[in-house]
Amino acid sequence: MATTLFRILRYGYQNFIRNGWLSTATVAVITLALMVFSGLIIFNVITDTAMNILKSKIDISVSFKKEVPEDDILRVKRTLEGLSEIKQIDYISQAQALEIFKIRHKDDPTISQALEELGENPLSASLNIKAHDPQKYGAIATYLENESLKQYIEKVSYRQNQIVIDRLATIIDNVNRTGFALSIILALIAGLVAFNTIRIAMYANREEIGIMRLVGAANSFIRGPYVMEGIIHGFLAGVLSLILVYPVIIVTSPYIQAFIPELSLKTYFNANFVSFILYHLVFGIALGAFSSLFAIRKYLKG
Amino acid sequence: MITFHGVSKIYSDKTAALDNVSFKILPREFVSLVGRSGAGKSTIIKLLIGEDKPTKGRVTFSDLDVSKLRSRELSQLRRRIGIIFQDFRLLPSKTTHENVAFALEVAGRPQREIDDLVPQALDMVGLAQHGKNFPHELSGGEKQRVAIARAMVCRPEVVVADEPTGNLDPENSEEIIKLLLKINELGTIVILATHENEIVDGLGKRVISVDKGQIIKDHAKGKYSI
Repeated sequence: MATTLFRILRYGYQNFIRNGWLSTATVAVITLALMVFSGLIIFNVITDTAMNILKSKIDISVSFKKEVPEDDILRVKRTLEGLSEIKQIDYISQAQALEIFKIRHKDDPTISQALEELGENPLSASLNIKAHDPQKYGAIATYLENESLKQYIEKVSYRQNQIVIDRLATIIDNVNRTGFALSIILALIAGLVAFNTIRIAMYANREEIGIMRLVGAANSFIRGPYVMEGIIHGFLAGVLSLILVYPVIIVTSPYIQAFIPELSLKTYFNANFVSFILYHLVFGIALGAFSSLFAIRKYLKG
Repeated sequence: MITFHGVSKIYSDKTAALDNVSFKILPREFVSLVGRSGAGKSTIIKLLIGEDKPTKGRVTFSDLDVSKLRSRELSQLRRRIGIIFQDFRLLPSKTTHENVAFALEVAGRPQREIDDLVPQALDMVGLAQHGKNFPHELSGGEKQRVAIARAMVCRPEVVVADEPTGNLDPENSEEIIKLLLKINELGTIVILATHENEIVDGLGKRVISVDKGQIIKDHAKGKYSI
């Protein structure tokens, strides 16, 4: 058993070395497929971050009537916190609202003067609500507009911004869905191209496989070295694609950060370095090994 | 040892490659299978090594029904038969030594035994110095001798040679036939399929003549005639 395993490993390595050009071409194609995978991972990180930023910018604000005491507002807040659709609620008291207003308009003397002349705080307390899914704001707004809450609430900002919020929600949803579909399709194409290259390489070896069968080699003994060769191809392609992708990430990182300041690809890559290496090696080895395994099946029948 | 019981082989286009063929080959025999190209010699060999299945009848090797063997059992059967082809069928990416060693490796023989047997086999066919050469570096006659060494190294019970001299000049052909006779003297059954009458006539061994898928003659000390 150990001898057979050793022979399979030795033949796999030997085939890889002796089929120099074919091995180089196969490694190159798997490398390209893995680079497509990396591209997809990076693309998904970028769109995810961008969409999350966009999502975090959407919220609805509920203004309370001035006479409503703070206790009642906090009670409404607690009730709302029980809703699963809601991610976060911030309470902004009248005083805080005034503070924010003053800071925002500190350079506008007319407004500051008007406020002073007014003598009282004209702003109302409010709740800022963020949902997990932007599609749910409509439902949350409808909940806020029911009879029991109507007595406290002056205004829900959703209705004014409904068109924009809904449109953004649809865009986010579409980008996520299209991104996912695109990733699957591209990953499939890349995988199929790599598989086809190995299939052609196997076709070139069909006579050799036939000879091995005639000499009395068991199918596992014939299959083993080819799978081993596939593993070597995949491993080398994994390493090579990492070596090629890393500088691209480093170079493009500042440009992407210029568009999305919250996202540093370099930091992301460094933080996920181990899993990135693992992805590449596991994908590469799996692609090489399984492609060989499937490609050889045809020649071992009968 | 080897028996064909009323074997027919009809291909999908309805042509009968073999039509109700029966014969027996006993241990230590040297049998020439003669006939024109397309007469059915290669079909007999294919059925014997399980590369094809008969449409009718039974092919047995010892007490095994060849057509009923599963993939694993078929591999085991082929280790008991050494096969030599007109086009040599050496593994192009392996050296001479590795090609011969391969037959032992598939049989799971230990490395020490392989290290002993391969040089002996190469020496027997006169290629002791060519162990490190790849097939493309050898002449046709040398390639065929490597194929013989590979067929012999496992000490098979039967050696089947399908037109082994078809691609060789007369001198090399003679060498190959001498080697086959030597193998037979060591007790191995040799089945030689050929359409070259000079070779068969010089052997003075059993000759089975095949024509249009049927056995037309089977003589213990025959000559080439169809």
